[in-house]
Amino acid sequence: MSTIQSIAGELEPHPDVALVERVRGGDVSAYDTLVRKYERQIFRIAQHITQNREDAEDVMQDAFLKAYEKLEQFQGNSKFYTWLVRIAVNESLMRLRKRRTGKMVSIDEDIETDEGSVPRDLADWAPDPEQNYNQAELAEILRKTIQGLPQGFRIVFVLRDVEGLSTEETAETLGLSIPAVKSRLLRARLQLRERLSRYFHRKKGVER
Amino acid sequence: MKCKEFLALLDDLIDDSVSPETRTELQTHLGKCGHCEIIFNTTRKTIEIYRSHEIYDLPAGLRDRLHAAIMARCKKGC
Repeated sequence: MSTIQSIAGELEPHPDVALVERVRGGDVSAYDTLVRKYERQIFRIAQHITQNREDAEDVMQDAFLKAYEKLEQFQGNSKFYTWLVRIAVNESLMRLRKRRTGKMVSIDEDIETDEGSVPRDLADWAPDPEQNYNQAELAEILRKTIQGLPQGFRIVFVLRDVEGLSTEETAETLGLSIPAVKSRLLRARLQLRERLSRYFHRKKGVER
Repeated sequence: MKCKEFLALLDDLIDDSVSPETRTELQTHLGKCGHCEIIFNTTRKTIEIYRSHEIYDLPAGLRDRLHAAIMARCKKGC
């Protein structure tokens, strides 16, 4: 399967490659296209890491500006999107360090080693649990739940499951090994599942 | 297969990166173990919910501010 993908990749370059080339040639409108394509993802990632709206706005702005300025350095070995995500993750961590002066901030903090633990809450969920809440309530539940995850788990879950990076891309972006990404992803998924069970439990759901 | 072994392969099953043989073993376990069936279904649902709901909206005006900042850099030397 990877062979098929790589052959297809060689025949058909990613559409971002052409946009990046246009920007390098001086066409700033092509950069606007890239911004529109990825602004939501970059803002979300920054918000998930910094957990602060103002910081996330600054990070998004700084990340796109930095990428614009450093575009000559972009080699094209990785996708433009993953390169941009890496810049945004680094900017976000720098922003956190500024806020917590003197305190080291890394994606390794708050990691407990509870490898192999079996989930406790095993209540089944209602068939469409999100139907029991309106959009605003649901968004609040999802925000609160993911904010409670240890940072090192949260970033891996967001990059891998929400923003669609592969395990390899997530590992490269965060400077982690592939087994470390896999282990964090499993624990992130299980912890989120367990925390969401409080809201989505079959009995607690209010029928509409 | 024991629950712990199932759990170790849960992500691979969710991400569809298991061999057909392993998939069969995992599905056989799921058919017999209500505990793991709940974990599998609700974990998959967890991911789906986070993927399909925008929980942080892009602030109004942010795109315009960014555009202005890029244009300002551009005037200086692009």
